[in-house]
Amino acid sequence: MRASPALACVVPPRYLAAERQRERRLMPRFQPIDFYEFDALLSEEERLVRDTVREWVDDNLLPVIEHATIERRFPKELIPQMAELGIYGANLPEEYGCAGLNSVAYGLIMQELERGDSGIRSFASVQGALCMYPIFAFGSEEQKRSWLPRMARGEVIGCFGLTEPDYGSNPAGMRTTARQDGNGWVLNGAKMWITNGSMADIAIVWAKTGDVDDVASIRGFIVPTKARGFSARDQKGKLSLLASDTSELALQDVRVGPESLLPNSGGLKGPLSCLTQARYGIAWGAIGAALACFDEALRYSKERVQFEHPIGATQLQQLRLVEMLTAITQAQLLTLQLGRLKDRGTARPQQVSLAKRANVSMACDIAREARRLLGANGILVEYQAMRHMANLESVYTYEGTHDIHTLILGQELTGFSAF
Amino acid sequence: MKIVTCIKRVPDTEARLKIAAGRDIDAAGLKFIISPYDEFAVEAALQLREAKGGGEVIVVSVGEAAAAEQLRAALALGADRAVLLEAPPTLDGLVTARALAAELKDANADLYLFGMKAADDDQQQVGPMVAELLGLPCVTVVAELELGDGKILCHREVEGGIEVVEAPLPAVVTITKGKYEPRYPSLKGIMAAKKKPLEEKEAAAGPSRVRLLDLSHPPERPPGKVVGQGADAVPELLRLLREEAKAL
Repeated sequence: MRASPALACVVPPRYLAAERQRERRLMPRFQPIDFYEFDALLSEEERLVRDTVREWVDDNLLPVIEHATIERRFPKELIPQMAELGIYGANLPEEYGCAGLNSVAYGLIMQELERGDSGIRSFASVQGALCMYPIFAFGSEEQKRSWLPRMARGEVIGCFGLTEPDYGSNPAGMRTTARQDGNGWVLNGAKMWITNGSMADIAIVWAKTGDVDDVASIRGFIVPTKARGFSARDQKGKLSLLASDTSELALQDVRVGPESLLPNSGGLKGPLSCLTQARYGIAWGAIGAALACFDEALRYSKERVQFEHPIGATQLQQLRLVEMLTAITQAQLLTLQLGRLKDRGTARPQQVSLAKRANVSMACDIAREARRLLGANGILVEYQAMRHMANLESVYTYEGTHDIHTLILGQELTGFSAF
Repeated sequence: MKIVTCIKRVPDTEARLKIAAGRDIDAAGLKFIISPYDEFAVEAALQLREAKGGGEVIVVSVGEAAAAEQLRAALALGADRAVLLEAPPTLDGLVTARALAAELKDANADLYLFGMKAADDDQQQVGPMVAELLGLPCVTVVAELELGDGKILCHREVEGGIEVVEAPLPAVVTITKGKYEPRYPSLKGIMAAKKKPLEEKEAAAGPSRVRLLDLSHPPERPPGKVVGQGADAVPELLRLLREEAKAL
């Protein structure tokens, strides 16, 4: 349910019962600084989408994330709520049960989700950009009609199996195979670092249908996770993305029918185009995590008193805060332009690489500086900075590590591959 | 079932308001929302329509052109169509009520819902005035509605209890915080809102006879006083509570 806003005016506010309840919350309604009138660059509809998800995050995600983190569990109770809002695959067309939003509105959703937690944003990214998108882009009409509406409603949860234990940054080397067997296929292999892996109903598995060196033979398959020979195991020992399901998948003679193959997939371009979608969402998401840390640091700097004045009155902390504001403002404008290019259909994967690389690095720095500004309190889970800081180390590493994006851009500039 | 819900665009109730030189609220960078009580009324209308399994919810606002944003937000929540009666802002509730009555006199709705008051000027005038102008029965400050046969049952929270009153339809009801927790608009709803009709026209608004003279923040609270520490401070605290605060 949605909490109604407090009724404050120029005259002293008269509170209703529910508003009194709101007052007790640690966090006021999230209202970040808009230093460069960024909001004026958004359409009314884009703002309404963002504000809706923002409110939902305040009301439903933030109250549970602390415990979920401590208990190291993905808060599954949020799955149907996000479905009801229409978050999954929100940029895919209405005819498949999705909201049909533009890329900017979609990005703003990712920003707000990650303002809550990178793990929750990861869940939505995987469901939308890595599972629904490939079905939309490479699936048959029948596959789209069969899967997409159910996935939009959150009735079917997906995971994306590309990375393998020995093939992370270099997916072309993957060892997972799919061999034709009568009408259907038999899959063998192992996948690692799979978000949603243990709770998913289907896995989009990428496998070689030809020789081990034949990158062009990579095809995508929709594999039901209850198929015989399919198993998922929770990745133990994580110190990041604690409120997220990260698993290993094992496929041992997993037999699937011909309807499992994504007919229009072929080569590494398939999975990479999914990653471009997801990386685009991450570029926005990183801004959200940075905004959360900046907001927390700014408020703390005004409240925390040392040497008889707020620490915000010291030059050292002001420098921290100014650097944060500058970096966030730059990232917002850069990412909005990327979104506009994407909506125009002219965004290139290299441009997405630049935004993912720059924004996640920026967010990592801000989370760390915010944690430091918070002093000893900064290591506690009741503050957000350290949770974001630890999460962002995963975000820095997945969907193309920071270094891999450096190589992508280096190659773009010089024409030389340095992989 | 046809339900009209009247809504007002107001500054975000969580915003820190600044007063501009012209004694008005400084709207620069200010976020505006549907007045929260009006949002309860929209929710009530949507729930009644859903309970009835059909019908029409029409949202109407008197205000500046920018109020179209709040009407579209109500369409995104699920209202079927919207009407904006353009008029300059006024503190004269009767001007707003007359503009609404002129629009609604031929609306033939079963129910006219309002928030019990606007969150900005807090005057609680417009709902009852519209009822008067339309010659309809009016129930105010209602927490929950129940449809009867040709009538509406209104649950009102009164001192120490709940009162249920009945009025024949059509009727005017003003809604307070109660059963109707506003929903989130769905993202599909936001997209669908673009395609729903929003009629914009001049309001039949007369001259305003109530004027704003001055707007100021309340005086700042004086800082608290520390009378001492530990048990030694108790006698002084008691003396102050008795003599200065007269609390004992």
